[in-house]
Amino acid sequence: MTSQRCKGARDLLPEDTERFRHVEDTFRSSCLSWGYQEVRTPTLEYLHLFTAAGTLTPNMLSKVYSFLDWDGWSGERVVLRPDGTIPVARLYIENLTQQEIAKLFYVNNVFAFEETGKENRERWQCGVELLGSANPTSDVEIILLAAEILHSLGISNIKIQLSHAGMLKALLKELKLNPDEEASLLTQVLDGNWQVLAGIESANSDANRLLSLLLDLRGKSSGFLENLKALPQISLDLKSELDNFAEVTSLLDALDCNYQIDVTSTRGFEYYTGLCFQFSVKENKIGSGGRYNDLIPLIGGKNTPACGLALYINPLMNLVQPKAGQKTEQRILIRGETTMLDIIKSCFQLAQSLREAGYVAELDFNSRQLNWRWLVTVQEEPSPFIVIDQTRNQKGHAASVGEVINIIGGSA
Amino acid sequence: MLTRHQIDYVKLALPKGRLLPATAYLLTEVSLGFENYAQETRTYRLQSTRLPYLSAKMFQEKDIPIQVAIGNYDLGICSLDWVEELLAKYPASALVKAADLGYDKGNLYLAASQHGDISSLQELPPRQDSWRIVTEYPNLAEASALNLRLRKFKTFPVWGAAEVYPPENADLVVLWARDESELRAQNLASLKTLFSTSAFLIANRESWQTKNVSQIIAYLSHGLEMGAKPWSQSKQTLAGSSNGSHPGFSEEKVWLALPDGHQQTPTSEFLHKAGLQLQGYSGDTLNRRPTFNLDWVDAKVIRPQDMPLQIANGNFDLAITGKDWLLDHLYRFPSSPATELVDLGFGEVKVVAVVSQDMPVADIDDLKQLIQASRLSPLRVASEYINIADKYLRDNHVGQCKLIPTWGASEAFLPEDADLLIENTQTGKTLAKHNLKIMDTLFQSTACLIGNKDSLKSSAKREKIASLVEIFRQTVESS
Repeated sequence: MTSQRCKGARDLLPEDTERFRHVEDTFRSSCLSWGYQEVRTPTLEYLHLFTAAGTLTPNMLSKVYSFLDWDGWSGERVVLRPDGTIPVARLYIENLTQQEIAKLFYVNNVFAFEETGKENRERWQCGVELLGSANPTSDVEIILLAAEILHSLGISNIKIQLSHAGMLKALLKELKLNPDEEASLLTQVLDGNWQVLAGIESANSDANRLLSLLLDLRGKSSGFLENLKALPQISLDLKSELDNFAEVTSLLDALDCNYQIDVTSTRGFEYYTGLCFQFSVKENKIGSGGRYNDLIPLIGGKNTPACGLALYINPLMNLVQPKAGQKTEQRILIRGETTMLDIIKSCFQLAQSLREAGYVAELDFNSRQLNWRWLVTVQEEPSPFIVIDQTRNQKGHAASVGEVINIIGGSA
Repeated sequence: MLTRHQIDYVKLALPKGRLLPATAYLLTEVSLGFENYAQETRTYRLQSTRLPYLSAKMFQEKDIPIQVAIGNYDLGICSLDWVEELLAKYPASALVKAADLGYDKGNLYLAASQHGDISSLQELPPRQDSWRIVTEYPNLAEASALNLRLRKFKTFPVWGAAEVYPPENADLVVLWARDESELRAQNLASLKTLFSTSAFLIANRESWQTKNVSQIIAYLSHGLEMGAKPWSQSKQTLAGSSNGSHPGFSEEKVWLALPDGHQQTPTSEFLHKAGLQLQGYSGDTLNRRPTFNLDWVDAKVIRPQDMPLQIANGNFDLAITGKDWLLDHLYRFPSSPATELVDLGFGEVKVVAVVSQDMPVADIDDLKQLIQASRLSPLRVASEYINIADKYLRDNHVGQCKLIPTWGASEAFLPEDADLLIENTQTGKTLAKHNLKIMDTLFQSTACLIGNKDSLKSSAKREKIASLVEIFRQTVESS
């Protein structure tokens, strides 16, 4: 039979869901322990939220799922959320601006059309947004939070690549291109096409040299940026962006966080204005984020500096091993000897008591062969319960629910 | 070993309308003519006079890229704008742009009225509301609006007459024109030329990869290499319409939309009966901005298909359209404020479900049995009434089906390119002539006056609207 599942969509089977929950639970408990609060935004948003200049690139917009709702006679299109940050920024503007600093997190799906249908068109992400702070310690906070979450998930060999959108935009200005050229160059760079920069021949040879120093080399400490700052003929705009970049990296140096400065590592960072970062394991990108100080004013809020990050659940699921076995150890299968009303009734009552005592109690009236450790058969009085430990091959009798719990609890 | 000599039968989709005269001229000139390929023809299926393996069918130009992309036709001729409109939404379409045929050159423009407040894209006046874009090319319009980073915009797809909307009933328009002087003659000014167009030969990708169509291409190439290209001068002389009169915009006036096409003559007669005198609405040259003898009413002539959406959005106050188009709109947008105010009684048609006479079905249940038996799966349904068709299929629990939107001449789709047709008919004679039979009647439709529920209650001109509605109502009652 051919599958009736939508192209580019994915089912999560019990095993997948267990991995998914493991990632989600680890993420949630880390965020909560750092003092972040969980939010949820709707799956449907208005398209215009994402079309303001500087939110999503035209290329990303050409892949959104947009349509007219049943009341869309006004032509107002809605979209399946294509991005996690912009809706949270909207939620913040509408509800939380009285908070000096809002630290929020969420687990959301985002949608983007992918032509072949072989990749996921619906992707899940764990997102964190820190709204209201321009302090470089905030950039560092979310990087370290992400690193801690990944560590708790047991993922090692994480590569952190850093870039800086403000520095790149200032550098493009130095090239002194005409506005059309500059806009088209930026759009291409935003879509990850870094090669276009290599081909630029500008009148400003200092800027060209700086560009190739950035494109070709990978920095491994804040010293790399200090070297660049010391070069002659660096404009004030560019210098202040480099200052900010260097401040973040020297904090990371002090906190013993390893990273690589690689300006070509980021893409699709249309709304980012400052530091951008990407997490990867081998060649798998597992997360990214950055500072977006202009986004909230762009969608109608007051000037609010902010930064955030997203961890991608789909690749993370393949990297984690949830601790297995623990739960099946204490699973109890309950079976009735006959299908008489009284027997079935005491089966359900026994299961309820066992669940209340913290066990997984599964009812079976289909005589299935299951490898749970414990099997309890319910029969008629006077000795209503036979308790079998299938692992140790032991068998005992119990006269009451309390005795059943004692036998199982006593052997643990 | 025997060599099997295989002839590839080739199907060509040919345009009706604007492109027809030049296309017919070119095909005849390169000895690739088709009998009966002419504007007034009643047969849609054409046979090549020279190549026995080549057949053709006539379509509305907009349908051609779709028909070629889905593989119903190997080759097609249409203007590049319709190809790009399909590709703007479905870039992976199985279409090959085989050759630029070079005639019927023009451009797709983003334009505004010469008399409005928009003179350039760089200096769009600040505005709280959305920009209203009216167009026959909704996919291209949306893509350009996104590329221009217009923050809030609404695209209103229309079947035609896009040029008449600005500045009162829309801000921007995306439309085809030969050149800027043609735009200016429509009282429009170009803000941006999106791209240049001309007639193209397009091919289905699969056909191009597997079939030998070289003979046909060779004939056409011969024509393209000729020094003189007399077909390029061949111009379509459609019944003229003008958008000439200077718009005198007034917030207080009631905006009335009047239909063109089949409903024009009976509407004109009805208005005459109502004592309303219009200049430029009857006769051969249609003025899309006819003048009224009531100085508090302004009228524009647009396509009846487009009226419910325009009314719902308050771009017009009242409109004369058919119940069929109102229902098609309401099935898509159940909470729309567009509503019927007066049944005008004329222009009666039935909306029917139609199949080929050769199909062994008497009703929808028979048809469903055929689908169940996998003899017709998925069912291909063609209709101009895409939402009525969709609801009909849903109500009858027809799951496995493909809806093919068409832009007129839908009866030509059966039986090769569709299995079921949802269409209107007056007498059923045209259907019978095309070897089709009515399987089900969905509803009766007549012309009606429609309005906007909300603005009838709250609009500043609600009293004026109400008095015009009253004139219509009394005319119906007295006749």
